[in-house]
Amino acid sequence: MPTTTVRPSSPTDAAARQGQGVSMIKLTIDHCEVVVPEGTSVLNAARLAGIRIPSLCYLEGVHVVGGCRVCLVEVEGAKALQASCSMPVSEGLKIRTATPKVRAARRTVMELLLSDHEGDCQTCVRSHDCEFLAEARDLDIRELHFTGAKHRRIIDQSTPALDRDSAKCIMCRRCITVCSDIQATGALWAQDRGFECVAAPAFGQMLDRVACVQCGQCAAVCPTAAITEKDHIERVWAALSDPAKRVIVQTAPAIRAGLGECFGLPAGSLVTGKMSAALRRLGFDAVFDTNFTADLTIIEEGTELLMRLKAALVDQKPVALPQFTSCCPGWIKFAEHNHEDLLPNLSTAKSPQQMFGALAKTYYAESIGCRPEDLYVVSVMPCTAKKFEAQRPEMNASGFQDVDAVLTTRELGRMITQSGLDFAVLPDEPMDQPMGMSSGAADIFANTGGVMEAALRTVWCLVTGQPFPFEKLHVTPIEGLEGVKEMAITIPSAVPEWSFLQGQTLKVAVAHGLANAEKLIAQVQSGQKAYHFIEVMSCPGGCIGGGGQPRFTTNEVRRERMKAIFAEDEGKEVRMSHENPAIAALYEGFLGAPLGEKSHHLLHTRYHPRGMHH
Amino acid sequence: MNGCGVCSCGGPASDADLMQRLDETIGQYQSVPGGLIPVLQIAQGIYGHLPEPALLRICSGLNKSYSEVAGVVSFYSFFSTEPRGRHTIRVCLGTACYVRGAHRVLAGLKQALGIEVGQTTPNLQFTLEVARCLGACGIAPACMVDSVVHQSIKPNQIASILQSYE
Repeated sequence: MPTTTVRPSSPTDAAARQGQGVSMIKLTIDHCEVVVPEGTSVLNAARLAGIRIPSLCYLEGVHVVGGCRVCLVEVEGAKALQASCSMPVSEGLKIRTATPKVRAARRTVMELLLSDHEGDCQTCVRSHDCEFLAEARDLDIRELHFTGAKHRRIIDQSTPALDRDSAKCIMCRRCITVCSDIQATGALWAQDRGFECVAAPAFGQMLDRVACVQCGQCAAVCPTAAITEKDHIERVWAALSDPAKRVIVQTAPAIRAGLGECFGLPAGSLVTGKMSAALRRLGFDAVFDTNFTADLTIIEEGTELLMRLKAALVDQKPVALPQFTSCCPGWIKFAEHNHEDLLPNLSTAKSPQQMFGALAKTYYAESIGCRPEDLYVVSVMPCTAKKFEAQRPEMNASGFQDVDAVLTTRELGRMITQSGLDFAVLPDEPMDQPMGMSSGAADIFANTGGVMEAALRTVWCLVTGQPFPFEKLHVTPIEGLEGVKEMAITIPSAVPEWSFLQGQTLKVAVAHGLANAEKLIAQVQSGQKAYHFIEVMSCPGGCIGGGGQPRFTTNEVRRERMKAIFAEDEGKEVRMSHENPAIAALYEGFLGAPLGEKSHHLLHTRYHPRGMHH
Repeated sequence: MNGCGVCSCGGPASDADLMQRLDETIGQYQSVPGGLIPVLQIAQGIYGHLPEPALLRICSGLNKSYSEVAGVVSFYSFFSTEPRGRHTIRVCLGTACYVRGAHRVLAGLKQALGIEVGQTTPNLQFTLEVARCLGACGIAPACMVDSVVHQSIKPNQIASILQSYE
């Protein structure tokens, strides 16, 4: 009998990662002996042994409820078939994964699900990456034997970022789990029952009536097209073909580490140059980088932090500390709904996307002699909440909506496919100047901990005048996928301007996933923890795991994308935001000083309490 | 809900009194696993139905999202977010009652009350509901008004049945 032994270092199962001290379980799957760590599910044990059991609702480490029943297996001695995703292995278990009984049951389950699904697959936006369609195909379903009542169809297009179509929902409830457990937002839950049952806000309200933060993690985990991003592709094509418009594009740092996956490249493929080439071929008049304004964010937000510290330490003035980062529009909306008392703690610095939009329609428009109303600014974001952010009424520093359209990584992928470009053979092209110039510190904005690391690099250098004392400039304690990370760094000596910081210990923390942010906030508010600066990113892993990134984002994929981002950073000549020459030129020729009058008008914003239910 | 529920004055309770009773209930169940359903039941007893302010209070008291609480409320047909009548009429539409004319009884009730199934008369006297089987097939067609079963109903008896509850 062939035996597969899976070592505890296998990344696929939570229990497996615990390594030492986990006892090993021997079981038989389809006549093969398999040895896996205790706590592994039958589904994962099979996958590790090379047998892929179909599944739909299962989300490793997040949603393990055995709800969809597609992963049924036969267990010797058990009367009924068992859901393998939620069944832990036990010694001597004998599992059969492909008997006629199992295959018939899975097909019946799948047919029942399909019979209640709005199956316009040819024209569906998810046709190329629909998990539901893929499972139906793998099960070789050729005929549906069930007709009759269907769930009610509720179409919700009420929000700027997310559209819902309940007729495509298969009630796997992944969105509900992610919204409640990972994002602590609780915008969605199963409402009503039977054929009336829908995954929806309270009492079936539209999404714009509740405290949804528009992060799009629901859309990222949906196996069908029941929740998708609001499509901006057509409006971008329209602008590109309008001779009266000059159309420019900015790309967020996370796009270059994700876009390749839209074209079958492995996770973690760095495609910065091909992306620029593709955007130019789509017809954009200039290809710029959100990184440019990420560097600018560090200057503005870092200066703001130093001013707050000065107010607290030198002037003994009441000042809101810790300062929280403000790059993530999901986090901002979350704070506006749930933490009115923390709004003074949020950095007033706009996100890089909005700084870019404001500068594009002022600084850049002036420099090329274009009226702001004739300039059309598109951003490519790994994020759905950026669509919400772009249409916030206060985001019109230029006198017009600063960012006109926001494409997710997935939407850009679709535009490139629509245009017929063969992405893999595109040449590597640089971005345009001046707003395409960036430091490595801007690249790492894509990763959880990256904004903090970028800020620390600059703040350290400005305050101490010394080189940043971390190997390869990476602050490893705040990197990686741990939910809440923290570190303290003592400033040994300071230049005269910042002498009050000499000997001070700067304490920082990083949270990703809003449930983790919620834990961190509780610790700060109870006085259990104290920090000076806290980075929050809504999505697990940060922007590389954003709600607009190519599906499917597992932790393994997150790690690969993070590696790619670090590689991009390390490959740059300039690694610190304040050393970006284009930023220096921007201050010298246009903005004046950080936190100056022009900065205040163009680069900073205000926040508004929203209450719990709107 | 008759009387303020605090004393025997028979007068209506103030919103503050009702909220105070709700808060006490929430306090009792705050750390009880599965406490949501009993709290909802008691809240419905206090208010007669589950108004939004009460539900929001339950959400914050039990640290649950409004969508979750709404999900539970909308799952169980015995929870109502609308004010209910003093009397609930449940017309049995089980097989035996159905073949013996329950649909005519239901139509007669709808007409007499001027409401549809699930609705409450404007004077808050009656709420009309249907049941799948009351287990009283031998006396079909049957209906229940509160806890009283009425048997072998003919449409022309509806007026007098309703009158006995006015």
